[in-house]
Formats: sequence, structure tokens, C-alpha cells
Amino acid sequence: MDALPATGAGAASPTAADARRAGWRAWLLLTPVVGWLVLFVVVPTAVLFVYSLCERDELGRVVFTFSLESYGRVFDTVYVRIFARSIGYAAFTTVACLIIGFPVAYVIGRATEAWRQRLLLLVMVPFWTSFLIRTYAWITILKQEGLLNGLLQLVSLSAQPFDLLYTPFAVSIGLIYAYLPFMILPIYGSVEKIDGSVIEAAHDLGAGPWRVFSAVILPLSMPGIAAGTLLVFVPAIAMFAITDLLGGARVPLIGNVIQNQFLQARDWPFGAALGMVFMALFVVTYWLLLRFGREEEVA
Amino acid sequence: MSAAVELRAVTKRFGDFVAVDNVSLEIKAGEFLTLLGPSGCGKTTLLRLIAGFELPTQGTVWVGGEDVTDRPPYRRPVNQVFQSYALFPHLTVAENVGFGLRMQGVPATEAAGRVRQALDLVALTDMDARRPHQLSGGQRQRVALARAVVCQPRVLLLDEPLSALDARLRQSMQLELKRLQRQLGITFVFVTHDQEEALTMSDRIAIVNRGRIEQLGSAHEIYHRPATAFAAEFIGAANLLSARLVRRDAGSVRIQVAGGLELTLPSASWPGAMEEALISIRPEKVHVGRAPIPGANGFTARIEEEIFKGATDHLRLATAAGTRLQAVVANESALGEIFHVGEEICCGLHADDVIVLAAR
Repeated sequence: MDALPATGAGAASPTAADARRAGWRAWLLLTPVVGWLVLFVVVPTAVLFVYSLCERDELGRVVFTFSLESYGRVFDTVYVRIFARSIGYAAFTTVACLIIGFPVAYVIGRATEAWRQRLLLLVMVPFWTSFLIRTYAWITILKQEGLLNGLLQLVSLSAQPFDLLYTPFAVSIGLIYAYLPFMILPIYGSVEKIDGSVIEAAHDLGAGPWRVFSAVILPLSMPGIAAGTLLVFVPAIAMFAITDLLGGARVPLIGNVIQNQFLQARDWPFGAALGMVFMALFVVTYWLLLRFGREEEVA
Repeated sequence: MSAAVELRAVTKRFGDFVAVDNVSLEIKAGEFLTLLGPSGCGKTTLLRLIAGFELPTQGTVWVGGEDVTDRPPYRRPVNQVFQSYALFPHLTVAENVGFGLRMQGVPATEAAGRVRQALDLVALTDMDARRPHQLSGGQRQRVALARAVVCQPRVLLLDEPLSALDARLRQSMQLELKRLQRQLGITFVFVTHDQEEALTMSDRIAIVNRGRIEQLGSAHEIYHRPATAFAAEFIGAANLLSARLVRRDAGSVRIQVAGGLELTLPSASWPGAMEEALISIRPEKVHVGRAPIPGANGFTARIEEEIFKGATDHLRLATAAGTRLQAVVANESALGEIFHVGEEICCGLHADDVIVLAAR
């Protein structure tokens, strides 16, 4: 219907009307992503939350009642220990990725344009193969008659093959390998933005190589370090495929436990409760890092 | 007085490109020296050699009587003001200015006092808590300046520090820099491609071209006695004309300028064996009038073009023989002579105002 608002008050503020229209357009553009998030994040989380408040019967079916029993079990020492171990592994992975990744990101970020493209490509190459296949590749490297043991025996470093596969070592290698690019790329992004003359200015003002690093380069890389930490720590904590494949069942992390509750133990409410607590942990970590990152970020 | 900075036979090559070609230069303590030249001439490389960001391919660099050729930038008693200012974006103004003192290990209380003084010096006292991105271009420039002078360097290097500022701000900063230099007594080495900046501020100017210093001297010397055609053209305007010797008389020489104009010069100004040379005549040294000009090489010329620029009148002249000259006439009063295109006028050139350049 053709309304005639031109004489009304609405016509007096065309800018407000424009802004409203622009807002609608923006929402229209966001529809796919909002739809995706609602369908695959909000709804499943809500379902998970409902399950976490339920109980299960002897056959593993979900009984819809209101109960906090599952949450009570989450804080059982067994699970707290697994939580702690998961956090430990994720923290170790993050620190290792930072130590290995920072120099790499720095070199790429300060390289000439042509080299930068080539080196970035090298960082991305692993993504061309499926993550599972790459993890299987580590099995062939680490197993008793695998490449690494073969090489060690070839150079006569050891007569007996080492037990590498299905150890915490293998899990750590797998985690670091899988998440290293997620540390390198954001740090690269920060390093690349540092103005070369700022580094020269620091040298000029009497800072030796180490002081330039600690007083200028490191603080200016902080947004990238924060983002990289987030991108490594959060998924590493929940990883179950690598611990399954490279750790056997010997190093269960929280991801494996949750997976087990749903697939083997058939205790959905408990799995859901673990998942919810876990998510709360993520949100807190994320919030802390975001705040930290924003403080360090500069125009 | 000993030299604040000395370059001894310094050459810098980047691959096949010779950025600095066997330059020797002595910069006196306390002077304001400008390296002036077009972009790519090597002036910034000269500055970076002094700062220590580049190592010479050959030759040595001396600061305050010491050979610093092999010393990294952080062990040289010089500080630089960068073209892009290069302020630390993650630090406040006060932290930026205090950075050098922190690196030198100056005690915090003393450093705070010196930072305050430096900020007072550049009139940014109440901006100390701001971050660089909250400042205007001119304010950033002054922070960069304060950050460098607070370290009390023997030599302050300035790499086109005013080029990012608008014209009005640039002019006031020129005077401020000069005032600061006098007040602090620090040797300033200033790089620019802007001849007006160089003339306004410098004690001495080094004209840099193709990795070499074409001429080193006061603004006066370079303007009135350019050594090369490049120097003559780079500072101010010049009529550059080729000329050849006609005859040598007792105490004077007769030369013919391209196009046919003949001039008489004192024989000392024309080196003995030379047959041909390039001469430079400043446009404002060409005197024009309706009556013959006394005591000068006189000739007549036709006005081919006249451009009125307010304070001055720019004329393009052609002599009867065909020599073309630019002339600039000061408009001293509203009732002064008005020149018209096509008019024949009398011209005169004092022999001293004809500069014979060594070679092209």
C-alpha cells in the first residue's frame, strides 16, 4: 500500500531514514552467516544445554527431567585431572607453537615481497592435504619400524627402536604440527605491519638487537600473538583425533572423554555437561585474550 | 674547531648502482649543514652512512674525531629524525621521548626531567600522555624531534623531516628548527630536495648529484658563484648558455654567447687555455630599461614574452643577433616602467654577474 509519509515527521529526517535502510541492507547481507550460526551453533548449544540438565536410564536413553547431577560429576577428581591434563597439553602446544612460530613469522614478515609470497605458500602447503591423512603420516614416521626409528638405526644412534608412537611425545608432536600454522599466520600479520623505520629508530636511540626485540618488536607483535594463542589453545584443548591416533588410548584428553560419553558410554547428559563446562572455559579464555589483545592493539 | 662528522673517500654501492661516489665531506661542529639534491641523488644514503644504517663499500666515517665506520647505529653519538617520524605506536609521547634515555640506562627520575624539558622545548608539554595516533602531523614531527634531541647527540640527522607537512606549517617549522639548532648548539645535518628549505636554514649547503657533492658552500656562495651547471640550476633560476672565446685583450676577454651576443669579461674570470665554456647568468642580474645601462655590457633586445607575477616581472628576451635570455625585473613602484611584448629595450650585464662554469 502506498502510504504518503512525505508530509509527516519522518520526511524531516531523511538521514535517519537512510541509516535505517542501510542497516536493513547490512542485515540482509549478514543473513546467511546469522542463519548458519543459529542453525549450527545456537541450536546445538541449546540442545546440549537441555541434555546436560537431564538424566539417563539404564539403557542409555535420555530422560527429560531437571537435574544437576551431571554437573556434579564433572568436578569428580578423575575428570578434573583430565581437564587439567588437557589444559596442560594445550598450554604446552601453544607455548611450543609460539617459540617455533614467532621466529618463522618474523622472518616471513620482514622478508622482501617476493620471498614473503613463497614462504607463506610453504606455511599453507600442509592445508592442501586432509588433516587426518597428515596425522596418519605421522604414524608412519613415528611407529617402531617407521621412518624416524629407521633413520636413527641407520646412523647407529640406537640399536633398539624407540617407542615413539602412542606416547605423550607423539601427541605433543601431532598437536604442535597441526596448530603451528595457526600461530604463524596471525603473528606474521602483525610483524608485517611494523614500519621498518620504527626498528631503525630504536637502533638509532641506542637499543641493541635484544632491546629492539623486547621493547619494540614484541609489543608491536602482541595482537598477533594474542590471536595466535587463541587459535591454537582453544582448539588444542578439545582435540580428540590426534590423541586417538597418535596417543592410542593412553593419553585421554577431555575431547576423548566427551567423545566417549556420546559414542561408547552412551551417557549423553554427562557428555553434554562436560561440553558445557568446557565451553564456559573457552568463553572466559576468549574474553581474557580479547581484552588483552585490544589493550595492546594500536592504530 | 674539530669536525663533528667527517666522511673520508666514502663510496657506497648497491649492486651495480653507485649511490655515493667517493665523497669526502667535513661537517663542522655546531653548524647547520644541508644535503640538497634531487631524489635518488644519494643524499639520504649519505645520512644513513653517518647514522650507521648503511656500511660504506669503501672509505671511513668519523664522528667527533673517532672512526665509527664499524660501529652499529646504537653505538654512535648521533640521532636521527626520520622522514616518516617512526614514532613507537605502542608508547605514549613521554615514553617515546624517553626511549633513548631508557636504552642508555639514565635513572628514571633524571630521565623524567629531561623528557619534560625536551617536551617544553617543542611546546608539547601537556601532550605527554597521548599516543602518536592521537597527534597531528606537526605534533608527531615535534615528538620525533624531541625524542632525538633529548639524547643530547653530537650530531642530529634530519631526513626530510618537513616533507609531510603542509606549506604553512613547513615554513614555521623551518624557523623553529633553525632556532632550536642555535639554542642547543648541536650540529644538524639536514637532508632535503627543497631549495627554499635549504636557503632558509643552512649555514652551509652541499649540492648532491649522482652520488657526488657538486658544491659545498654557504647559500650566498652557491647562489652567486655556482660551481657547476647543476648547482646553478638547482638553486634559483639561471640562464645557462654556451660561449666561446673571441679574443684575449690586456686585462679582459671578449666572448661570444650562443646566438651571437658578445660580452667583455675580466680576463681572470676566463681560464687561460679554454676555448669554450658554459656560462650562467641569474635572470635578476639582467638589467633592463628604456635608457642604456651605464657601466655594463650593453645590448638591446626585443621582449618576446612578459609574465607579471606581482612583485616581479618575468621577461623573455631575444637580442638582435638571436641570443635568448630570461630576465626578472623587480616592480619597485606602481608607477614603474611597464614593459610590453614586442618592445625593443636596452639591457645591461655587469661582467661580475656572468659566471663562467668550469665544465658541463
